[in-house]
Amino acid sequence: MTALLSLSEVEVRFGGEDTANAVDRVDLDVHRGEIFGIVGESGCGKSTLANAIMGLLPDSAHVSGSARLDDREILGIGEKELRALRGDELSMVFQDASASLDPTWSVGDQIAETIRAHRTISGRKAKSRAIALMEEVGIPDAAGRYGDAPHRLSGGMRQRIVIAAALANQPKLLLADEPTTALDVTIQAQVLQLIRRLRDDHGTTVVLITHDLGVVAETCDRVGVMYAGQLVEVAATADLFAAPRHPYTRALLAASPSVRTESRRLATIPGQVPGPAEQVPGCRFQPRCPRRVEQCSVTPARVPLGLTSAACWNPEPLPAAVAEGLR
Amino acid sequence: MTATAVAPPVARRRSPRASTRLTIGGAVLLGVLVLIAIAAPLLAPHDPETVIADQVLGAPSMEHPFGSDALGRDVLSRVMYGLRVSLLVALSSVVISTAIAVPLGLLAGYFGGWVDTTVSRVLDMILVLPALLLAITFIAILGPGSAVAALAIAVIYLPILARVMRSSTLVVTRNDYVLGARARGAGHLRILTSHVAPNALGPVIVQASILSAFALQLEAALSFLGLGTQPPTPSLGGMLSEGRDVLNQAPWVEIFPGLAIVLAVLSFTLLGEGLRRAFDPRGVAS
Repeated sequence: MTALLSLSEVEVRFGGEDTANAVDRVDLDVHRGEIFGIVGESGCGKSTLANAIMGLLPDSAHVSGSARLDDREILGIGEKELRALRGDELSMVFQDASASLDPTWSVGDQIAETIRAHRTISGRKAKSRAIALMEEVGIPDAAGRYGDAPHRLSGGMRQRIVIAAALANQPKLLLADEPTTALDVTIQAQVLQLIRRLRDDHGTTVVLITHDLGVVAETCDRVGVMYAGQLVEVAATADLFAAPRHPYTRALLAASPSVRTESRRLATIPGQVPGPAEQVPGCRFQPRCPRRVEQCSVTPARVPLGLTSAACWNPEPLPAAVAEGLR
Repeated sequence: MTATAVAPPVARRRSPRASTRLTIGGAVLLGVLVLIAIAAPLLAPHDPETVIADQVLGAPSMEHPFGSDALGRDVLSRVMYGLRVSLLVALSSVVISTAIAVPLGLLAGYFGGWVDTTVSRVLDMILVLPALLLAITFIAILGPGSAVAALAIAVIYLPILARVMRSSTLVVTRNDYVLGARARGAGHLRILTSHVAPNALGPVIVQASILSAFALQLEAALSFLGLGTQPPTPSLGGMLSEGRDVLNQAPWVEIFPGLAIVLAVLSFTLLGEGLRRAFDPRGVAS
């Protein structure tokens, strides 16, 4: 598999030199046709990273580094080139579908708009294509609902419309920023299933941003874990759950409650996430890390460690069972 | 409405119907007045400028239901024609003002930065001048007349409407669907015209209909001062000025144009208030 999206040393900073990077030196290859999950808690920079790739950050953000889509640089290019890219080769689905549809437009027209922004086709053709897309994402009576205002659709249906609009021009890469967070669990499962199906049918590469480890386990082929702007660990989903090597990943997994074990108190990570004004040298997790060593004040590079690759000087040991299997 | 449990008892929400009734009432009244103004040549029983010597200050009668003025002209016909001029000036001034204010407010609110600063400071410069003084200055330069009055009123209301547009653009631009449209590849122009403007226009429409009432009053004031519509063309403000001299002998010369102004202002105000409540259901307390 080759990399479709290749990030190297991507940094985003809001504010002056003395503020910490919201995204800190992120290196990542997203392979063609995979669903790559980016997981992390609120404010860890996962949405900022996605918006940086889309070129949607406000002018006040300082973005540096390189992001290559199909070997073409897309970071720091002009608004005009970005506009040609957005909605065509590169699409994004936002968290709140209700808010990302214009209330004064019919849902169908908003899909057709995306097509016509990039293709010179007649209004009639755009409409029939939009209806086909609506059918594909599972809107019943698509032709009849074409002219409906967004508020006439349920939350799940609206998110399907947004996904249809994002996929209208068969993008190479779909960035889905918490696409199911605003939905209830049943609808969430349906939407995730839809994203998986669309990937299988069209080979669209998906970057799925979420804070929900369950969503990751269910949907993603590979996962990257972010903490305070740094991408600390990348692994195939099953491997990450089986053998996390970065202490943060391990703590994060330990913090998610399980139905199998009974515990009165939820596991937590001691300490707090550093604020935007706090400069933590080296690994950002080190003040809270139980496995801290001297070297931690120097930023560790992400290195392959058996099944995963983690940015840690003193990684968690491999569980015995996994180590056995590797041998 | 069962929201009374959370809302304080005094500020009980009115039913949405009340705002609809208000809007419809204002719209109907305005419609009738506009119809009269348009059809004045057909409806008016007499020529508004024809002087009838034996009818000087004639009391209301079957022949002249509103009486006649100091020159023996039929007051009813003059009110009809006067309404025509007054409504035309009021509406055209607000339309001109809105047409300029909307794009200015859009640009300032959407792009912010130096665009916003430039537009806002220029508008502030207009805003610091008292309305009537500004109008009189305009007329002093360009000479009196209805067209100049309309232009002057348009300039006076420009900063108000542009500010309303700017602030509602600021709110709308922050919506996710604007970001969503950008993410789908729409350019600035398309986002502004198709997504921001339609969603931001509501408060401006409300403000414009309320300002129409003030524009009508301002036109009347200018004509009263002899700076607006010039005689012998009848205008409501000018008629008030003429009637003032004969108020004791022939109050009808004064009363009927005054009443017409009241009705016209009332229709705009009702319409504006109704629209305001419809667009902003929370601000119904008063």
